[in-house]
Amino acid sequence: MSETIAPTPASSSPSQRPVWDRLIDMPVALPLICFLAILILWESSTRLFSIPSYVLPAPSRIAGGFSSISAGRWAEHIWATLRVAIMGYGVSILISLPIAIGLAKSRFMSRAFYPLLVVIQSVPVVAVAPIIIVVLGTDDAPRIVITFMIAFFPLVVSMTTGLMATPPELIELSRSLNAPTWREVSQIRLPFATPYIFSGLRISITLAVIGAVVAEFVAAEKGIGYFIQFSTSMFRLPEAWAGLTVLVIMSLTLFQTISLLQKFVFPWSLPKDQR
Amino acid sequence: MMQAPDAVHFQGVGQVFKTATGPLIALDQVNLTLARHEFVAVLGPSGCGKSTLLRLASGLLAPSAGRVSVFGTPMTRPRTDIGIVFQQPTLLPWASVLDNVVFPAKHMRGRVSQKDRAQGLEVLSKVGLSGFQDRLPSELSGGMQQRVGIARALFLNPDILLMDEPFSALDALTRDAMGYELLRLWQASPKTVMFITHSIPEAVLLADRILVMSARPGRVIADLTVPLSRPRDEHALRSAEIQDFAGHLRDLLIKREAA
Repeated sequence: MSETIAPTPASSSPSQRPVWDRLIDMPVALPLICFLAILILWESSTRLFSIPSYVLPAPSRIAGGFSSISAGRWAEHIWATLRVAIMGYGVSILISLPIAIGLAKSRFMSRAFYPLLVVIQSVPVVAVAPIIIVVLGTDDAPRIVITFMIAFFPLVVSMTTGLMATPPELIELSRSLNAPTWREVSQIRLPFATPYIFSGLRISITLAVIGAVVAEFVAAEKGIGYFIQFSTSMFRLPEAWAGLTVLVIMSLTLFQTISLLQKFVFPWSLPKDQR
Repeated sequence: MMQAPDAVHFQGVGQVFKTATGPLIALDQVNLTLARHEFVAVLGPSGCGKSTLLRLASGLLAPSAGRVSVFGTPMTRPRTDIGIVFQQPTLLPWASVLDNVVFPAKHMRGRVSQKDRAQGLEVLSKVGLSGFQDRLPSELSGGMQQRVGIARALFLNPDILLMDEPFSALDALTRDAMGYELLRLWQASPKTVMFITHSIPEAVLLADRILVMSARPGRVIADLTVPLSRPRDEHALRSAEIQDFAGHLRDLLIKREAA
């Protein structure tokens, strides 16, 4: 043999590799370490430079903000926001699906309605929210409508794209079998759209949380959005930050729930290495 | 006694597509006939309307001019006694191999019976995929996926099999093996086959008759009987007569390209 393959540094024993090189292989630990480092930096700099808590509260002050109200009150606020977000999300899905099927199946529909959808999407919902509240009253209905307006568009786009991404041969197969159109949609187009639908579902769930919060900013007496607004109006910034933290955790949890749903119910719709 | 009608008959068929740059004549004055149980290859350069021809024969497309008839009946809509094998296997990635094979039953009738499953398993064994019925398509090689595609087309036991460059996405070795496999299947249960290809060796190996097409507009410029008896093997393909025949086909294709 004229050549032997020299072992590369990376494949030698792990203890010889530098620490940062080994950290790359720890997809959970690495971001966690970075997060902790930022928290420590944040905490120490607010103390070192005596930054007032209304400008930037230290993480320890934010943690204190959680105990300003009881766990029961937190649960009420969280449930209020979560309920509106999920109902608005559900309405978005129910409305987006038939729209997407219409857009994908009919050139007439897509020519006639797609520009309208873009117009709706371009309306700054935050600016329309007060109008919607006046028109629909102050119960759940206007909040669900506002959430829907923020969350539905990515769903329509991803569903439509997915329904159109079906291999044309399978549509031809369907036609060659003289099958009814609804079976073409239910047995071929919809399942094929699954990966696209799920990327839309993931984007929309975080938008739904935003929608619920926007609605609460305009008119509410409960919910995390309401709590944040109330706290800031009372100049209790650590509490507002605590509310914000809850929102982030809520969004992340919902996002992960959707991802897990896809992983366990539709594993084939994920790339092989993510199953 | 009246003679049995031809399996597939094209009379003066033309196909024009509207495009952004004006009408495109895909096919012009195509006349052709496939006798029952005949294996006919359609050979031509890309863009000569071969696939259009296949879609007309399947009833997926209505001709702009002329008539297409199948077993003596004018084609008005797709017929379920015609099976189609596409260039790509285009299987349902979420469905098992068996579910893919019996998909035509599910798609036509909404449900799959025990009889359908038994029939599906039988077709799978014919294409050499016994034992793979519960696998997902992504777990199979390209050649095996296309076998599933063929099994799906054979599931309804069609009289006519339309194949649109079915092996062109496979590597050369698999492609040869699949060619022999197809011959074996066809000899075991003869069907009328229209086999679209741009490979001369493939056409010569498989077909009774080769229709050579020219591009723009797509026309049948030659209708040649392959001077080979059956069963065929690699040895027969290497004979001088066949090499001459293949050379003649190549000339026909190249001359047209240059003109």
